[in-house]
Amino acid sequence: MINLQDITKVYPMGKRELTVLKGITLNIEKGELVAIMGPSGSGKTTLLNLLGCLDKPTSGHYQLEGREVSRLSGGELAKVRGQKIGFIFQTFNLLSRLTAQANVELGMVYAGGIDRKRALEALAKVGLSERVKHRPVELSGGEQQRVAIARALVKNPTLFLADEPTGQLDSHSGEEIISILTSLHAEQGITVLLVTHDANIASHCQRIIHLKDGEITAGESS
Amino acid sequence: MKKLGSFLSTVWLGISTHKLRSFLTMLGIVIGVAAVIILMAIGKGTTAQILESIESMGSDLITIRPGASFGFGGVRGTGGSTQTLTIEDAEAIAEEVTYVSAVAPSYSSNLQLVVGSENTNSSVTGTTPEYVEVSNLEIASGAFFTEYDYQRGAKVTVLGANIKETLFGDTDAIGQQMRMGGNIVRVVGVLELQETMMGPDDSIFIPLTAMQQMVAQTRTAQGERVISSISLTVSDEAQADYVVEEVTSLLRSRHRLGSLDEDDFNITSMQEIAETISETASTLTLLLGAIAAISLLVGGIGVMNIMLVSVLERTREIGIRKALGAREHDIWIQFLIEAAILTLSGGVIGVIIGWLVAYFVNSMGIMTTVVTADVVILAVSVSVGIGLFFGFYPAWNASRLNPIEALRSE
Repeated sequence: MINLQDITKVYPMGKRELTVLKGITLNIEKGELVAIMGPSGSGKTTLLNLLGCLDKPTSGHYQLEGREVSRLSGGELAKVRGQKIGFIFQTFNLLSRLTAQANVELGMVYAGGIDRKRALEALAKVGLSERVKHRPVELSGGEQQRVAIARALVKNPTLFLADEPTGQLDSHSGEEIISILTSLHAEQGITVLLVTHDANIASHCQRIIHLKDGEITAGESS
Repeated sequence: MKKLGSFLSTVWLGISTHKLRSFLTMLGIVIGVAAVIILMAIGKGTTAQILESIESMGSDLITIRPGASFGFGGVRGTGGSTQTLTIEDAEAIAEEVTYVSAVAPSYSSNLQLVVGSENTNSSVTGTTPEYVEVSNLEIASGAFFTEYDYQRGAKVTVLGANIKETLFGDTDAIGQQMRMGGNIVRVVGVLELQETMMGPDDSIFIPLTAMQQMVAQTRTAQGERVISSISLTVSDEAQADYVVEEVTSLLRSRHRLGSLDEDDFNITSMQEIAETISETASTLTLLLGAIAAISLLVGGIGVMNIMLVSVLERTREIGIRKALGAREHDIWIQFLIEAAILTLSGGVIGVIIGWLVAYFVNSMGIMTTVVTADVVILAVSVSVGIGLFFGFYPAWNASRLNPIEALRSE
């Protein structure tokens, strides 16, 4: 499903260059639940951005479902994001002026168009049927993250990418979010990659990849 | 359809979730468009009013006055001070020039008018019965003096509506007598009130033959009777230029002017005056429109300013949209359409306000205003154009944002 071949990412920092990823080679099969762990600055987020087609590698190959995406144009990458990838962020990234339902519908705008019924179904799946008309400020952190999951879920993505999804939540809400993600993985066979600091959360995953200074130190093969 | 619906709802969200800002953005366009509509309506209304009053006098009217035409260079005789036009000239024109339907010579003189205790000094015009046809006069009561009155020099008079009001008030003037320069004259007709510029509301008419008895008759060296102007109408307006040419050559030969001499009379046709006035008026209308267009431009710059701020403020939203699969042109179109919809609604509201103001100004009698479809269409399309033009740069800015950085911004 995901096939990374010797991926590097170099950022220009003034006159010097900062090498964030130093030759990552990684295979992830369809339906896996994978945690990526590592200290700050190890390149976790950069790796996730590359996997999510928000950025392009400096060199190397990235095949997503057998398709080479590392050399696609910005417009084609956007299309891949819209159709295949569901993002879940640490800071939720909901639009504060929209209701939960409208936020979920936003997930469909660039993936074929709004379908109200499916938005409500997705909210029901994360247990928010009672709160569809609430705005993010009226929801708890855990509920906001559930709206974000519904937004990612609504377009039937093949890949879920979660960047520290529990980083801003208390441990109880964090457990809830993880159990929703694991049950989606179990019921719908969605491939889930999550970046986390929390070993407890990582322990729910089938595989843990450790990253340090832009290199994989453990969990390379499954 | 589904896609279009999603798209419109996206744009609507952008506008409706920032209501105050959207309203303020619109306001500049509303004021600009309303100003254009109102000023153009005033300009066009004034033009129409002037042309209407010319029309009421008869656009086929041609007037000949003595004296050279006014022009630049050299001192010329003042119109009216020279005495070159005669009744015989008028008769010759009536007989010899084709396409002339009526000719009315007239002679004006200041005479003392006395009615009861009212005593005024006023200009009196002696003319022929043809004057009614030539000047499109409308009779309110009584009748204009007849050919028979003219032939025998009857001491009868026809009064303009205002002068009748001054002399006789509300009482019926027909059959009343008044003193005019020492003579007793009888009122036989009163004219309809016309309220047009240069209209006959303040005029007093008597037969030219009666006038000749009241004031000392001036004669030219050839013994012809001097008059102060000749008015004539043409039967076919398309032949007005031809008639002016024919009259000119006829008068030149009658006045025995050499080929190097200048005309000792000047001819003005209403058609010519109407053309000059409408040209001047449309220039003025354009100028008014241009002034209003500046406020529209300022409104457009306001749109750009607010759209730029809006893009900055919504950086994270743009990042989220990109993460959800929005392409550059999706974002670009979103912001562009948002700007265009704002200015379009501003334009429509501006048209409605401008139209209402123009309507009330007109119906309250302050000014004549005319709102034409072309101005409305122009104003609305210009306001959409402004949205697209001034929204272009902010929208492009938005579309170029890097999604990763945009998502990190607060």
